[in-house]
Amino acid sequence: MTSAETPVVLDVRDVTKVYGEGETAVHALRGVSLTVARGDYVAVMGASGSGKSTLMNILGCLDIPTSGTYLLDGVDVSRLSDRQLALVRNRRIGFVFQSFNLIPRTSALANVELPLAYAGLRASQRRARAKAALDMVGLSDRAGHEPNQLSGGQQQRVAVARALVTAPALVLADEPTGNLDTQSSADVLAVLDRLNRSGRTIMLITHEDDVAKHARRLIRLVDGRVVSDVRQDFLPQGFSRSSVA
Amino acid sequence: MSIFETVRFALRGISANKLRSGLTVLGILIGVAAVILLVAVGNGSAMAVQRAIEGLGTNTLTVTAGGVRQAGTATRSTSMTIDMVAALTDPDAAPDVRSASPVISGAQTLVFDGASHSVPQFVGTYPAYVGASNYSVGSGSMFTDEDVSSGRRVVLIGTTVAADLFPDSDAVGQQITAGGVLFTVVGVLAEKGGAGFNDPNDIAIAPVSAVQQSLTGYGPLNQILIQATSADTVTSAQAEVTSILERELHVADGASPPFRILNQEQLLQARANTAETFTLVLGAVAGISLLVGGIGITNIMMVTVTERTREIGIRKALGAPKRTVLTQFLVEAIVLSLMGGLLGVAAAIIGSRFTIAGVTPVIVPSSVVLALSVSVAIGLFFGSYPASRAASLRPIEALRYE
Repeated sequence: MTSAETPVVLDVRDVTKVYGEGETAVHALRGVSLTVARGDYVAVMGASGSGKSTLMNILGCLDIPTSGTYLLDGVDVSRLSDRQLALVRNRRIGFVFQSFNLIPRTSALANVELPLAYAGLRASQRRARAKAALDMVGLSDRAGHEPNQLSGGQQQRVAVARALVTAPALVLADEPTGNLDTQSSADVLAVLDRLNRSGRTIMLITHEDDVAKHARRLIRLVDGRVVSDVRQDFLPQGFSRSSVA
Repeated sequence: MSIFETVRFALRGISANKLRSGLTVLGILIGVAAVILLVAVGNGSAMAVQRAIEGLGTNTLTVTAGGVRQAGTATRSTSMTIDMVAALTDPDAAPDVRSASPVISGAQTLVFDGASHSVPQFVGTYPAYVGASNYSVGSGSMFTDEDVSSGRRVVLIGTTVAADLFPDSDAVGQQITAGGVLFTVVGVLAEKGGAGFNDPNDIAIAPVSAVQQSLTGYGPLNQILIQATSADTVTSAQAEVTSILERELHVADGASPPFRILNQEQLLQARANTAETFTLVLGAVAGISLLVGGIGITNIMMVTVTERTREIGIRKALGAPKRTVLTQFLVEAIVLSLMGGLLGVAAAIIGSRFTIAGVTPVIVPSSVVLALSVSVAIGLFFGSYPASRAASLRPIEALRYE
């Protein structure tokens, strides 16, 4: 588990989430508590409907919990205004969706620039950083392409570039490889691994064991509750942390 | 994020969806152009009637003898004489009368150098008649008051007469024969458009004294043509003329005077009313089309924004504050509606250069302002309302929106 010295990025305390009301109410989360230390690499696994996506959306400040508290870098997110929340999403969190969620009919470069534009950076700075981010995911030659001109794997790498371009402390990935073939999955995971090595905290959702093996910590959710939370040192061959540096 | 950035985002948003933006612009364009053009057609036809009225001389009154037959036996002469004309121009009794001209007219055959032309109106009058009946001298000169007082036989002829008698040469200075008497042509009237069956250019005008002396004798006048000081004073001029004539002719019963005053304006008021009704009907049709156009804009704006709810969700997830998203959509709506509106105005201006159903449209500036502002307001409201609704959603709700 997390050592006392490492600063805690995420601190979730007894969070619940209920959709709907009365008889039709769905309890997506039934009291989840967990903390994640800076620089950790966490995989969340669970069957469909176990609440892992709901948890991720709450962690990414895209949704609000029904009850419980969520501290991000020690700040209670539920107390923030709409404007401050926008700032948190922009500066602290990089979110990678399963369905990519790139803005259609807009070039890859412009998509990656978007969070920087909302951060208020000047155009020249923005361009340079977006190019660097695209370079990092190996797509600098596709900068001018629009999403529908890119393969799924390339789109997801653009999305990853967009998530990391603001240098956020926390990268959240909701089944980033769910829609991708093996090779594209490996590409995307390689990028995430590299990010983690450079000190970013990464949390990803998956239901594939191979993907989960990339993480150092594995959390399993069942019916909206954490049922297991284990450290794992095992990494598949070719993905050893020391050899990819 | 600066407002300049936001505007750039909006422009990118517009150009990223060219077909949809184009259709939105087209909808606004048609709405605006239809309103402006329809009102222009209505206005154009009203203007045409107005011109016809002005061509006839709206500020004139025609006094004719006779009228209502007098009950009992007339003991006094009720015919009009030249003396009454002087009484009618008395500035104290008739301040709204600019001029009064006696009119003696009849058909005459004019002869010049073997060619003859039968003119239906050979008018003996004062020089003021020419202006009062909207004639003007095209070439040569007017006859003068002095010509009238000394009874000089000079004549002004209309273009139809001139073309018939002097097809190749200049008419001014030539001598023509009217009823066996020589008249000198001093001028040719400028061509005048008319709104009747008679050709207003088939006319000859001479001093009343000369006509009486040599052609008709000193009988009663056919008419007196009164010109009011302006179109607005015609009614008061009519009242003044009535009271003067009643005094001059010693009329006891004001309800049945021995003369009749024809007011051009009254006659043409009916036509003006028709034109007004026409404009009103077209205006109503235009209003309905603006409404329909507005609903079209509303529809497209709603669909546009609803369709992009997911995009709004993405933008919010990436850290766009609500205000920035709103501004972007607001600017998009403004640009689209303004573009459509201005193109609509341009289309209407081009369209108004053509004659539509026999009417030359005349654009009313206020209709341009109205159509533009209504379409922009509708575009703004229905562009920003769904956008603000979408921007207020939690990002995940907007992202899940289908």
